[in-house]
Amino acid sequence: MPSIRNYALAAGLLLAGVSFAQAQEMKAEVLHWWTSGGESAAVKVFADKFKAAGGEWIDTAIAIGENARAAGINRIVGGNPPTMMQFNTGKQFDEIVANGFVRQLDDVAAAGKWQEILPPAIVDMITRDGHIYAVPVNIHGENWLWYNTKVFADAGLQPPKTFAELVSLGPKLKDAGVIPLALGGQPWQERLTFGAVLLSDGGPELYRKVLADKDLDAVKSPEFHKVAETFAGMRALVDQGSPGRNWNDATGMLITGKAAMQVMGDWAKGEFIAAGQTAGKEYGCVVLGDAGGYIMGGDVFVFPNVEDEGQKAAQLKLADLLLAPETQIDFNMKKGSVPVRLDVDVAKMDSCAQEGMASLRDPKKQIESINMLASPDLAGALEDVVTEFWNTPDMPVDTFVENYMAALEAAG
Amino acid sequence: MAIALPAATTRPRRFARRLPAVLALAPAALVVIVVYLGCMLWTIRISLSSTKLLPVNDFVGLDQYLRLFSNARFQVSVENLVIFGLLFLLGTLVLGFLLAVFIDQRVRGEGVFRTIYLYPHAMSFVVTGLVWQWFLNPGLGLQKLVRDAGFETFTFDWIVSKEMVVYTLVMAGIWQSAGLVMALLLAGLRGIDEDIWKATRIDGIPTWRTYVSIVLPMLRPMVVTAVVLQSIAVVKVYDLVVAMTKGGPGTASETPAKFVMDHLFYRNNVGLATACATIMLLTVIAVLTPWLYSQYGPNSQRRGR
Repeated sequence: MPSIRNYALAAGLLLAGVSFAQAQEMKAEVLHWWTSGGESAAVKVFADKFKAAGGEWIDTAIAIGENARAAGINRIVGGNPPTMMQFNTGKQFDEIVANGFVRQLDDVAAAGKWQEILPPAIVDMITRDGHIYAVPVNIHGENWLWYNTKVFADAGLQPPKTFAELVSLGPKLKDAGVIPLALGGQPWQERLTFGAVLLSDGGPELYRKVLADKDLDAVKSPEFHKVAETFAGMRALVDQGSPGRNWNDATGMLITGKAAMQVMGDWAKGEFIAAGQTAGKEYGCVVLGDAGGYIMGGDVFVFPNVEDEGQKAAQLKLADLLLAPETQIDFNMKKGSVPVRLDVDVAKMDSCAQEGMASLRDPKKQIESINMLASPDLAGALEDVVTEFWNTPDMPVDTFVENYMAALEAAG
Repeated sequence: MAIALPAATTRPRRFARRLPAVLALAPAALVVIVVYLGCMLWTIRISLSSTKLLPVNDFVGLDQYLRLFSNARFQVSVENLVIFGLLFLLGTLVLGFLLAVFIDQRVRGEGVFRTIYLYPHAMSFVVTGLVWQWFLNPGLGLQKLVRDAGFETFTFDWIVSKEMVVYTLVMAGIWQSAGLVMALLLAGLRGIDEDIWKATRIDGIPTWRTYVSIVLPMLRPMVVTAVVLQSIAVVKVYDLVVAMTKGGPGTASETPAKFVMDHLFYRNNVGLATACATIMLLTVIAVLTPWLYSQYGPNSQRRGR
């Protein structure tokens, strides 16, 4: 039956033609690691907006940031890049930019006036050699202290304002029968806590000197010594089951009232929300210290160089879309972070986000996270030193200072 | 393996006869040479460069190795590997042998026991690690159970103690792997000629003595196999640590394999990671060489087979 065969052939050609036409349309394969409930709801905001703009969104979600980045970088280097790929704000994409794998976004940034709407530190973080290479999408605050309001009310205590106060509250809270500080004893959480103490007690200048400038004199200074002592004093506030605990289990201890406080990033909000609690009511949030600096983490997307015209068009559209005010609010309400552009109205967001946004509008309070200041290599080496110190109660502060300096010198 | 060929005249014919075998094995040999050996050499090459994330073709000598050996975490990792390795090997061999001897007594329900003992080995190290993490957690597991039963002062907090945590890894490891040794040795025990037992009984030798002095030496190939298998498991122990302690408290239960993985994927420091991997490779070679020598060396029994 040759006629049927001809029809089939024609249909095949037609299909091929259609798919060829589609390739000319906007098509974006997006590689990210937002796989948990709240996270995937957040990334769906991007996908929906992109679809509404006429694009085709192909979602490539790979659980766990390290795995996703390893897979993505392998694909980029191997010549089969995704259209858009997630990184944490900071130095993670230095090398693929330096090797010319990433599309430069100067025109989009100029048209969108990114220099004016984004915090200067974030602009620095997406700029390499004077050109812009990434779209920031959110800012996570990493140095919040979360507390259970009922536990404090029942014990007749006020939440602390400094880390010294926090340490002195320990015995009273223990008398009230609660664990003063919920800590997940994993290296990154100990490092996060140390960063919060360092900024609060040491101030932004010392913070940047010992993380970014590798200033050995600053490490030897009495101020740094004092920071280490406060940090060491916090060991007494933690329960025995802390080592190895996950951060969300520690937050769970706050939610159930077993523990009073936790130092954690604002992603902890997702846990409170899931438990049906409201900021300012069942739980409170505060940034300790007089300076009140806001340690900014966050996520960016980079656009690897692609051949396909449809993907190129999609990249331009996405670069614009991710930063649109409406997208920013919708996305960040689901993600728990705050918008990366300072000119949006955050009245719809919760009280912690509003407070965070208020700090962010003060340039003096915009503090970079360790991932922005130090290479992954150095950040990891410092994390080893901090966790070693935290878990060795009999280690003298001087030994910690020496180890810290050795790590600064060894790691690149 | 080099096999001595007889007289030269038969060589062409023998080659023709072997051709199909050679052809069939060629792909495997190619994979071994190109993938395994090639990657090994590539790893060693990278460890001599200043590579961070993407390969760099410079040469920095032994810088990465110097940094590696002065790294406190690497030192802890090596200490842990030695402690874990020795105790784990000893523990699995002794326990595995005892279990095998027990089952060899023709106990009733042998199949059930064999399954129970081997069952942990069917679980991955990740599952093993998680189970033991819960079991040993002072607030959830054994300690809480005993305390709730009325013994208020009972303390078993090894998993959160810097000094003792490595021994919890040993416990979990032995629990998981003793069954494998049992299975290997049991196969060996079943291969022992019944006449030997009859002879020792006639001579009035106690059973334990027969096991230790006569049967165990006869099991030598099985024991060596078990040692090699377990040694390799020791060197690459990673998943157990990640699931059970995440290297903590602090860095107290780090292992070299975890050091490699962390620096490869989390810290963008491929140079240092490959230096550590190379040291691990040398360790494995150091373990394997005596075995290969005893199996295939000039004094081995296999010679001439």
